[in-house]
Amino acid sequence: MLDLLTGFVAELRAAGIPVSLSEHLDAAETLKHVPLEDREAIKYTLGASLVKSSTHWPAYETAFEIYFSLRGPDHTIDGTEDEDGTGTDSDDEGAQTPGQGGRPGKGRGGGGGEGMTPEELADMLYKALLSANNSMIQAVARQAVSRYGGMEAGRPVGGTYYLYRTLRNLDLERVMERLVAQARQATSAENAEADHRGPDVTLTPLEERLLRDEYQARIDQLRKEIESEIRRRLVADRGSEALAKSIRKPLPEDIDVMHATRDELVALRKSLAPLSRKLAVRLARKRRHGRKGPLDFRSTVRHSLSTGGVPVEPRFRYPRPSKPEIIVIADISGSVASFARFTLHLVHAISSQFSKVRSFVFIDGIDEVTSYFEGVDDPAEAVHRINTEADVVWVDGHSDYGHALTVFWERWGEEITPRSSVLLLGDARNNYHASGSWVIKEIRARARHVYWLNPEPRAYWDSGDSIVGEYATYCDEVVECRTLRQLEHFVGELA
Amino acid sequence: MTTDQTGTDRAARTEEITSGFPEAGPPRFDSIDAVRTGLASVDYLADDGIAGVVYLADRLAKPVLVEGPAGTGKTELAKSVARLTGSRLIRLQCYEGLDESKALYEWNYKKQLLRIQADSGQSWEQLEEDIFSEEFLLTRPLLEAIKSTEPVVLLIDEVDRVELETEALLLEILSEYQVSIPELGTVRARQIPLVFLTSNNTRELSEALKRRCLYLHIDYPQMERERAIIETRVPGISQSLADQVARIVRSIRTLDLKKAPSVSETLDWARTLVVLGVGSIDVEQARDTLHILLKYRSDIDRASKELAGLDTSG
Repeated sequence: MLDLLTGFVAELRAAGIPVSLSEHLDAAETLKHVPLEDREAIKYTLGASLVKSSTHWPAYETAFEIYFSLRGPDHTIDGTEDEDGTGTDSDDEGAQTPGQGGRPGKGRGGGGGEGMTPEELADMLYKALLSANNSMIQAVARQAVSRYGGMEAGRPVGGTYYLYRTLRNLDLERVMERLVAQARQATSAENAEADHRGPDVTLTPLEERLLRDEYQARIDQLRKEIESEIRRRLVADRGSEALAKSIRKPLPEDIDVMHATRDELVALRKSLAPLSRKLAVRLARKRRHGRKGPLDFRSTVRHSLSTGGVPVEPRFRYPRPSKPEIIVIADISGSVASFARFTLHLVHAISSQFSKVRSFVFIDGIDEVTSYFEGVDDPAEAVHRINTEADVVWVDGHSDYGHALTVFWERWGEEITPRSSVLLLGDARNNYHASGSWVIKEIRARARHVYWLNPEPRAYWDSGDSIVGEYATYCDEVVECRTLRQLEHFVGELA
Repeated sequence: MTTDQTGTDRAARTEEITSGFPEAGPPRFDSIDAVRTGLASVDYLADDGIAGVVYLADRLAKPVLVEGPAGTGKTELAKSVARLTGSRLIRLQCYEGLDESKALYEWNYKKQLLRIQADSGQSWEQLEEDIFSEEFLLTRPLLEAIKSTEPVVLLIDEVDRVELETEALLLEILSEYQVSIPELGTVRARQIPLVFLTSNNTRELSEALKRRCLYLHIDYPQMERERAIIETRVPGISQSLADQVARIVRSIRTLDLKKAPSVSETLDWARTLVVLGVGSIDVEQARDTLHILLKYRSDIDRASKELAGLDTSG
C-alpha cells in the first residue's frame, strides 16, 4: 500500500500538484485510520492531506481513479481482449448484468458475444436515463464501451478517441430531444385527463427548462460513467503508471490556451475570475506597502533641527506610484481569439490598477472597443460584445497585421504618450502580407514600453508565415504567453 | 521546542514534554458513518468528503482548512461539530489588522500598574515575577482554546482576511497546540481542540499554513443533497416544493452568473415561499422572489429571462 501511495504521490507531483514530504506523511498516516475497503472515504481523506487547492481537484481525481481503480471481477472484463474466447465472454456477460433486470438473455442473443444490438442499447439507454437508475446507467456505459469503443489492447493512447467514438454512436443529443418530447407528451396527456382542456396544454417554459436540466445531469452522469469505464479498461490493459502519463490532466493555470478544448476553456473561464481578483488584491497591497518614496532631503534637514542638527529620523517623500496607462492591441482572428479574450478580460478586470486602459481589436481591420468595457461590471459580457459587434474585417477576414497597424497609427497614433505601455497580442502570422513593422518602431519611440505577447510556443516563432522576429526588433520584450500562469505573471509585473 | 526554565510556578503548570507532536485524546468519533449520522442529528447534512475529513481531523489531531464559495455552510460545519460533540465553540473572527494582542493574549497593563503602585516594599525581582504571572494575563480566543480544560471547537473564521504576515501567528498553535509567551514560557494544550479555519479564497494562503491543515473544499451541493438540506432546515415545507426549489436553483447555477445562489440563500428563498404559502412555483412567483436568491441586478434579469424561457438557447 505504501508503494502504491508513493507512486501516486509521484504522479501527482508530475501532474503539477505540489505535494510536500509532510503532506505525504500525513497521507500515509491517514491510511491507518480509514477503512481501506471504503474507496470513496479513502479518496476524500487522502485528498484532504494531498490537495490544497480546489482547482487541483480534477487532476487529483483523475490520478486517483487510475491508481486506485476498481479491479473487482466486474471490471476486469475487457470486451476486446476476450474476443478470441467468445464462450467465456458471454458467460461473463451474463454474470455481469444482473442489475439490468432480466435483459442479459436478450443481450447475448442479439450481439453474439459483443453485447446488444444498437437498437436494444439505445432503448436501454433511453430507459436508464428516463428512470435515473444508477446501476442501469452504469450497465449502459459498460455496454456502450464494449459495443462502440473499439478498444484495442496495448495501444499507448489516453482514451479520448474511444470516448469520442462511443459518444458519437450513442448520439446523446437526439436521446435528449426524445426524452423531452416524451415528457411533453406525458404532461399534455395528464392535463387532458385532469382538466379536460384538450391535449394542446403543454409544459410551461419553466417546467421544460427544469426537465431539460434534469436530463442533462443524467446524461452527464452517463458520460462520466463511460469515461471511467474506458479508463478502467485501459488500466487493466496497461497498468497505472503508463496510463497516468498519457491522460494526465493539466491544471487550469497550465492549460495551453490556444489548444484548449471546450471543457478546458470553461475551466479556464472559471479560474479567471478568482485569479483576477487575487491579482488585484496583490497589486493593491504591493502599492500600499511600498510606502516609502525617495529620501526627502529638505524635510530631513528641517526635522533634524529639533535634534540639534543630527538627522536622527530620515524623511521620505510621499510616493507617487505611477499607474501605467495600458493600450492593448489584440488580434482576434480565429487561431488566437481565445487568448485575446482572456487577456482583455484580465486586463480590464484589474483596470483599477492602471490609470487608463484602452483596447483595440483587429483581424485585418481595426476597431476600438474600450467603450464596451465602460459601465459594464462584468468584463465577460463586454468580451462577448466584442466578438459580435466590433468592426474588424476589412477585406477577407484573414489576419493582416500590416494593414491593421497602419490604420491604428493613422487614427490613434497621436494619442500614445510617454506614459503608455502598449501590449500587442497575437501570433504574428501575417498571411505573407506587408509587415508594417515601422509602426511598431514609431510606437516605441513615443510609448514607455512596447510588449508583444505571443500565445505560440517559442519553438514555432518565425516558422511559416510568423514574423514575430521582425516585430521583436522594435519591442522591449516579446513574451511567450501560453498559459494563464504566464499571463498572470506578466500582468503582475506590468502593474 | 523550547523548555521553560525560568519562573517559579511554571513547574506546576507545564506538562511533560514528551515529543514534538501532541498526543491526541480519546477519539471523538468511531467511524466516518458515525460522523455523518451524528452531524445529521444536529441538522447538518454532510457528504462523503465532509464526514471523512472531520473524522480524520479528529484522529490525526489536525486542523481543517475549509474553503468554498460563500454561504455553503463552512462556518455552520464548525458550529454543528461543536454542538454534536458538546464542546464549547470559541470563535476568532479574522479581519485586516488583527494582531497578537487580539488573537493570542495581552498583558493587563492597568492591573500591573496598580500592583506596582500598591506595594513598594518588595524587591524588583519578586515584583517582576509577580506581575508577569497568569493573573495579569488577558486571554484572547486562541489562548483561551488552548487553556480550556473542557473540550473545545476552535473556529478561525475567514482566515484569508488577515495579512500574510499575521498568518504566522497561527502556525505554532496549529501544529503544536501551544502558545509561547516570552515572559511566561510555553502554554501547552490541556486537550486537543478541533480546529476549523474557513476561507473564502480571496487570496492564496501561505504554503506553511496549508501544509499544517487538512484541506476541505465545500462546493455547492448536489441536487439530492440540497433538497434534503431544504427539507431538514425549512420547517413545514412540502416535499414537492423542496424538490422544485432544488431543481430551480440547480438550473440557475448552470447559468453564467456573477454570484451563484448559495445554500443559505436557497434556504431563505424556500422559507419565503413557505411563508407566502406557495404550494408550487410558477414563473411569476419565481420572478417576484428571485431577489432573495440573487443579489445583482444583472443576474436577476438574466435568470428571470432564462426561467421564463425567452431565451432557451443558453
